[in-house]
Amino acid sequence: MHLSDVIPSRFRINGHQQYALSRWHVGHRQLVQIISLAVVAVVMIPLAYLIIGAVSAGQEGVDYLLRARTLRIVGNSIGLTAVATLCATAIAIPFAWLTSRSDLPGRRFWLVLGLAAMVIPSYLTAVTYAEAFGPKGILQSLLEPFGVDRLPGIKGFPGAALTLTVVTFPYIVLPVRAALLHCDRSLEEAGQSLGLNRWGVFRQIILPQMRPALSTGMLMTALYCLSDFGAVAVMHFNAFTRAIFIQTESFRMDKASVLAILLVGITLVLLLIQSRLQLRGRHYRIGTGASRHLETLPLGKWKIPALIFCAGVVFIGVVIPLLVLFSWLAGHRITDPVQAPLTLLMRNTVGVSAVSALAVTFAAFPLALLAARGGGRFNRWLIHLAYAGNVLPGIVIALALVMFASQHFLSFYQTLPLLIIGYAIRYLPFSIGATESALAQINPRFDEAARSLGLSAWAALMRITVPLARGGILAGLALVFLNVMKELPTTLILRPIGFRTFATRIWSAYDEAFLSSIALPGLVLILVSAFALAIILRREKAVD
Amino acid sequence: MFKHRNVYFVLVFALSCFMLSPVLADDVLTVYSGRNESLVGPILAQFTEDTGIEVEVLYGGTSAVANQILTEGENSPADVFIAQDGGALGALADAGMLHKLPDATIARVANAAFVSPAGVWAGLSGRARVFVYNPEALEEQGLELPNSILDLTGEEWSGLVGWAPTNASFVANVTAMRVLLGEEATAGWLAGMIANGVNAYPKNTPIVQATIDGEVVGGLVNHYYLFRFLAEDPDITATLHFFPGGDLGSLINVAGAAILKTTDQPYDALALVDYLLSDAAQEYFAQSTYEYPLVSTVEPSVDLPALADIETPEFDLSDLADLQGTLELIEESGALD
Repeated sequence: MHLSDVIPSRFRINGHQQYALSRWHVGHRQLVQIISLAVVAVVMIPLAYLIIGAVSAGQEGVDYLLRARTLRIVGNSIGLTAVATLCATAIAIPFAWLTSRSDLPGRRFWLVLGLAAMVIPSYLTAVTYAEAFGPKGILQSLLEPFGVDRLPGIKGFPGAALTLTVVTFPYIVLPVRAALLHCDRSLEEAGQSLGLNRWGVFRQIILPQMRPALSTGMLMTALYCLSDFGAVAVMHFNAFTRAIFIQTESFRMDKASVLAILLVGITLVLLLIQSRLQLRGRHYRIGTGASRHLETLPLGKWKIPALIFCAGVVFIGVVIPLLVLFSWLAGHRITDPVQAPLTLLMRNTVGVSAVSALAVTFAAFPLALLAARGGGRFNRWLIHLAYAGNVLPGIVIALALVMFASQHFLSFYQTLPLLIIGYAIRYLPFSIGATESALAQINPRFDEAARSLGLSAWAALMRITVPLARGGILAGLALVFLNVMKELPTTLILRPIGFRTFATRIWSAYDEAFLSSIALPGLVLILVSAFALAIILRREKAVD
Repeated sequence: MFKHRNVYFVLVFALSCFMLSPVLADDVLTVYSGRNESLVGPILAQFTEDTGIEVEVLYGGTSAVANQILTEGENSPADVFIAQDGGALGALADAGMLHKLPDATIARVANAAFVSPAGVWAGLSGRARVFVYNPEALEEQGLELPNSILDLTGEEWSGLVGWAPTNASFVANVTAMRVLLGEEATAGWLAGMIANGVNAYPKNTPIVQATIDGEVVGGLVNHYYLFRFLAEDPDITATLHFFPGGDLGSLINVAGAAILKTTDQPYDALALVDYLLSDAAQEYFAQSTYEYPLVSTVEPSVDLPALADIETPEFDLSDLADLQGTLELIEESGALD
């Protein structure tokens, strides 16, 4: 809102001055738009190159697209996503309810340990599961006394689905739990007074209120499953990301582009379906009323099964991976002749994650400003496009940027800046989202008041708006940092020659079966990620 | 207020400088290696130490890296290509991307079968394709050692064999099959293996590990991986089986090196190739990676049949150059799914 909009022209003391002020303001707005436009232009590079790559494949590309094997990849990816999302939901709802509304002993303890599963990167979880549940793994050795001398192993669909279920269920627990905590107790009481039993209350009153949170969480999970590379690669399940990686690694870019376009299309359809579902129904309170404090429900005889359930989730999600990693740390296997000092890995990983997080935060700020304050069709479009990272899996961005750099910008090929651009495109939405929601809570009048007291637009931004939005900006920063640190496929494809991070180290050690070399980088990565996540969760609690 | 503004600008400036100035100072020798870092990393580090020439190495699968060089074409930053398969080197030679090596370099290799006929690549070390197996598991399953790689499609081997379908040495083995058996028979064998529930691994080492663990009874690998395990623990139960009678499964291949035509450091590149053929480096391949050295002055270190005594199918390594054809065949077979 402009000052000039508020003050009718006849009250203006000096028309000339007013004009100057207004032009100044417009100048800033345009600057923000220009920066945003530049950022969006970079974000659009992958999509443009994918389309070019796929089109240049021509008839061959069409044939490739319609092969039975390509269609099977589609089926594999959709099947895996559906199963993992449903399983994650089935675990997440009771887990969220138990840790928020019941009198389960040690609720906070179970919650934190359960959420810790999201700190372990999918490839690491998958590697440990392949070991633990392998034909001659830990599970088999436990079953040995019962005459089981060989298990079928879990490579393929079961392993991929199990891994993805475990690493994604926290993404549903978080929003559902938040929704449960904000449920309107008086509605439940009204339901009870009208004769509903506990199950009825849950089904008819709590569940509908949870639905928006649930659908958000399920969408995030489904997007994660479609774009995840680590789990399917380790489990040898031929989903899109793995197929694209195999083609990209061998530089068969036209085939890779065709597959990538198809994957992006499927992701878009998913988003479309979700946005349709989201529009239905209202779940907020209409009158003011009195939001009552939530009571915890006694579990009674269900206490033991509930404890077993929570312990089981924590055991599979966190204890098994850690146990396997520690056993590798202690066990003696073939020595890895590759020297990759932990300090070097630490420096590279933390360094590249920090620079990327900063770059993303700076790039996201003008867009978040437009999203929160901008309005107008042009701005809305810019913001929609900036969210492209949500539908572009890491491997797809990497593929497109390799084509872009190796064909046209050779000086960027195999350089750190290109890798960082790759991360930035992928994780820009995280930062925009976090910053925007913080900006939206700041009354624009503060800014206007500061301006009227003589601060320049820039000074008002830096001294009023940014400090007020600091929490959200930092949360976005930490979120990007955490994700870049764990990222695998983009790093593998775009990294400069000889550049190693924890993720690439774990990957190459797995590739050559130097399992003991996985343990230390894996454990340190988990530790640093846990630290970053703790910062994010603390911030979320503060918002609550 | 000034402070805030300065910090902001310094940060933005530093970030943009960093993003916009990829370092181009390139006096580092760029090696694209299709061999694992665990095999060539130590000797490359030794090369830098001895000569002062800095090396940066891109590691990947041999077929993948060969493809990458072909696609990068004129723009390839690679100076030297190290491959674990003569076929991949042949593919680049056919594309006219390799520099001719000096006669003195080529002459280091004792057997003319292990260098490029045109003198554009030189073998560095020899390796035999073998069937690594776990004798206890073999007995447990009541199986007998296969006489031919083609026997592994038999029902008795269902679910008990490991392979690494993206590994270049395996790819070369399949190319050899295409040359000697024809396309259809090769495709039939691949399909038979898959139908038989063959276990896919990313590389050779995991196959040997799986064999030792009893996860599979045996697998198709290069001979030297097992010795690395034996050096750590002489008591492990796994041993090598050479398919007899010149069977397709006992192919002898080389790991080799070549200099790219696009190199901007031909002398450093040549220094590296010569270094890898020096007695010291050949000694390393014999002692540390348990391969067959290819120069006459160095002997293999482990108890292996002499290279000349292994009965192998008859043909030329440069016949294995149709890398793309084999990769397509393997992909079409569904081995990568």
